[in-house]
Amino acid sequence: MVKEIERAGLPVVHMCTVVPISLTVGANRIVPTVAIPHPLGNPALSIEEEKELRRKLIDKALKALTTEVEEQTVFEQ
Amino acid sequence: MGKYRVVHYINQFFAQIGGEEKADYRPEAREGFVGPGMAFNAAFGDKAEIVGTVICGDSYFNENLEAATKEVLDLIKSFEPDIVIAGPAFNAGRYGMACGTVASTVEKELGIPAITGMYVENPGVDSFKKDIYIISTKSSAAGMRDAVKTMAALAMKLAAGEEIGASAEEGYIPNGIRVNFFEEKRGSERAVDMLLAKMAGKPYTTEFPMPDFDRVEPRPAVKDITKATIALVTSGGIVPKGNPDHIESSSASKYGKYDIEGVFDLTESTYETAHGGYDPVAANQDADRVLPVDILREYEKAGKIGKLHRYFYSTTGNGTAVASAKAYAAAIGKELVADGVDAVILTST
Repeated sequence: MVKEIERAGLPVVHMCTVVPISLTVGANRIVPTVAIPHPLGNPALSIEEEKELRRKLIDKALKALTTEVEEQTVFEQ
Repeated sequence: MGKYRVVHYINQFFAQIGGEEKADYRPEAREGFVGPGMAFNAAFGDKAEIVGTVICGDSYFNENLEAATKEVLDLIKSFEPDIVIAGPAFNAGRYGMACGTVASTVEKELGIPAITGMYVENPGVDSFKKDIYIISTKSSAAGMRDAVKTMAALAMKLAAGEEIGASAEEGYIPNGIRVNFFEEKRGSERAVDMLLAKMAGKPYTTEFPMPDFDRVEPRPAVKDITKATIALVTSGGIVPKGNPDHIESSSASKYGKYDIEGVFDLTESTYETAHGGYDPVAANQDADRVLPVDILREYEKAGKIGKLHRYFYSTTGNGTAVASAKAYAAAIGKELVADGVDAVILTST
C-alpha cells in the first residue's frame, strides 16, 4: 500500500513494528514502532506518558517526511 | 541406520496454545511432535521422526527478533537434529518471517539443513527465498496435506544429502540458483517452439524470467511541514465503532474512508479495530494507539503541521491479497492527490 500511494505521487512514511517486512515490500521512509498490537501506544503506561511516546514517534515520522531520501531509509533517531 | 532426527518449529496457534491473545508466547520446547507434526511423522514413515517441537508466539518472535532467534536456536540445538522443519506458515506474515528467520539461522549457525513452507505472497518469501528452500503452499491451512507431503519429501532428500532437483520438480519457490544441464533440444529449436506456442496463445514457460524489481522512487520530501496537509492511512483496521462498512477481519475485500472532521480523539466508545490478525484489546481501548488522530490534532492546533486531512482510509492487512492491497492503495493515492494532500502517514500493525 505504501508503494502504491507513493507511486501516485505522495511521500509516505511507513510506521510499523516489523521493519523487515516493510523493507521487503519496498517502503522508502520507515519509522519503527512499539509493538504489533499497539504500534503508537503502550497500554502499560499512563495516558500522559503514552501521549508523550506518541508525540516522539510522530516527530520522527514528520522528520522522515521532511528528509530527502534516495533509497530505503529507517529513521531510528 | 537409525531414523533422522527432526525438530519442528511452529507458532502458538498451530501448537493449540491460543490465537492472537497468546501471540506474545515465549519460546518453549516440547519432546516429540505437536499439532501438524503428527502429519509430518506419518509422511516420514520409518525414515525420520520429530524428536522435539519448538514453539514461539508470532508477535514475541517479531518484536524481539534477535533475542527470540537465539532462544529458539538454543532450544532447537538441544535436540541435536539432523534436519529442521519450520511451519508451514501459509499466508501468515509474522509466522512466515519467523519461519524464514529460524530456518535460515539454523542453516547458517548450526550448519543443519532446514526448510519451511509458505504461500508465495507471504512477506517471508521475498525475505528468505535466496537463503533456504521454501516449499510453495496454498494460502491457508486447508493446504496442509499437500504442504506436508512436499515438505517431508524435500526434507528427507536434504537429510540424506541427496541432490536437490529444480524448483518445479521439488516444489520449492525458485531461489534464483541456476544449475547447468544438457537439454535435449538445442536453443534455437526451443526458442522457435516457444514463439509458436506464444503466437498460438498456448501456454509456454520462459527459460529466463525477468527479475521483478518492483520498487518506487522515493518522492521528494515535504518542504514546509507547517503548511502541509497530512493524511492518515492504516492497514491496522481502525474503523468507526460497529464497523459500518463490514470490513472483513482478514482477507479484506474493501477499504473504508472515514470523515474525522471535528474528531479530536479516538475513544473506546467511538472507534475500534476490525483486524483479526492481532490482539485487538489495546486498539479497541484507544484506537489512537494505531491511528494517531489525537496527536496530529494537537500538532495541527499548535501549527506544527498545516492540516490533518479530513478523511482517513483503513483496511485490514492480514491475509489480504497483494493485488487487492495494490488496487486499494492506487485508488486511495489518486484521491489523496486530487484532494490536495501533501504527505501520508501509513501505520501497520
